[in-house]
Amino acid sequence: MTRHVVAEASDFADREIRRVEAGGKAIALVRVDGAFFALLDRCPHGGAALSGGRLAHQVESSGPGDYRICRRDEMLRCPWHGWEYDLKTGQSWSDPKSTRTRAFAAENVAGDELVKGPYVAETIPVTVEGDYVVVELP
Amino acid sequence: MTDAPFRIDCDFHLPQAAVTELLPYLDEYWTRQITDRAMHRMPFRLSSYPPNAPLTRNPAYDDLTVSGALDRFDLSLAVASMLHGVVALHNPDMRAALLRAVNDHLAAVWLEAEPRLRGAILVSGEDPAAAVEEIERLAGDRRFVQVTLLAMQEVPHGARFHWPVYEAAARHGLAVAFHAGSLYRLPPAVSGWPSYQFEDYVLQSSGFENILVGLLGEGVFHKFPSLRVVFQESGFSWLPTTLWRIDKTWRGVRQEVPWLDRPPSQIMDGRVFFGLQPVDAPGPAALEQVLRHIGGTGMLLFSTDFPHRQFDGDPVPEGFPDDARPGLFAGNALRAYPRLATDPAVPERLRTEEEPA
Repeated sequence: MTRHVVAEASDFADREIRRVEAGGKAIALVRVDGAFFALLDRCPHGGAALSGGRLAHQVESSGPGDYRICRRDEMLRCPWHGWEYDLKTGQSWSDPKSTRTRAFAAENVAGDELVKGPYVAETIPVTVEGDYVVVELP
Repeated sequence: MTDAPFRIDCDFHLPQAAVTELLPYLDEYWTRQITDRAMHRMPFRLSSYPPNAPLTRNPAYDDLTVSGALDRFDLSLAVASMLHGVVALHNPDMRAALLRAVNDHLAAVWLEAEPRLRGAILVSGEDPAAAVEEIERLAGDRRFVQVTLLAMQEVPHGARFHWPVYEAAARHGLAVAFHAGSLYRLPPAVSGWPSYQFEDYVLQSSGFENILVGLLGEGVFHKFPSLRVVFQESGFSWLPTTLWRIDKTWRGVRQEVPWLDRPPSQIMDGRVFFGLQPVDAPGPAALEQVLRHIGGTGMLLFSTDFPHRQFDGDPVPEGFPDDARPGLFAGNALRAYPRLATDPAVPERLRTEEEPA
């Protein structure tokens, strides 16, 4: 593994999405509530730069007229077709019910309860060392 | 008992009562209003084509009585409606009085005389409070199994304006049917008024697409979990592309309508049913494709649309799968009509039958 410093944490705003390059790869680097996440900056669906997208939430509802935001900024939405990728796992989701099953590990959930999207964005390990944001690439 | 399959017709029409036949069911004030203003001589016809048009009058049925039609199509039960033009009146009190008369006439004249008939309560989509009152008035009569609204009215069917009607119908186990027909206060096409009857007739199916999208988007099925909806004289060959479009669009914008918690085509499963006739598919191959696209025959209900002329010979079109006939004739209707599912006339073996896969 090769370690690359890609940013200074003090220079990175909360909710910022930044395209950085390391080891010849473009990476979408995201900071949410102090935690950093890194995805390969290429949507596995159509190839768009995910760093051009927005942080996404889900909405729960008990019925018509009721709206409750949940999973706030836990996903990155591709700017082209709206596929949403879990910042932690890179998993895309195609069914809103499935996105609420966060308390369960995916492998522990029966197949008919969980509908994963067909795409998985490549996640890249990211750590903060001192003031440096570091990614690890093979 | 015969071996003939139990057959339920979900869209069977009774002859429209003349206003003079409705007078006995009106109170003195409305009787005088109607007669003093000579309204009892008015036809109050609802159809957009004349009484003798081929669609209205099928020569093959000329000498057929209602009971004769039930015999001819081997019908064990028929959900019978009387689509009456009084539903288009603007005066809300006169309209409600005449609709009560239509429904009372249907019960007294037809349901009394022919035990194979089940009734539809005709209500106005312009006055939900009056519609609810009428449902409450008649719901005690278990022979009524359906509430009928026109497919084209002024306020979209999914709107909260109509929800009291759906609440009352669902509470009483009455299916809500939307039958082809318009008040003609809005054009049948959203792009404006067509010039020809040809256009008007073709455009009717887009009205049903509007209803389906509206019921789903506005959350009617979530709000009323026991509500069952039947589209009558709607056709169904337009469903595949509409369902694809509904599901695809939902996937992208579902946060706007978060009560749709799964693909809408799944939400309508077991909730929305379609009368078989008219079948628009040109032949067995196309029919097979349509059925494959809509996931089978589970939402189709046998219908003749008597006395309208929608078919020659067998109402079940060529290419309809044989193994799906029991569902078409009865099983699906028992899921669509909560009251039929417990109707004493329905054989026990059908009532306890497992839902088809």
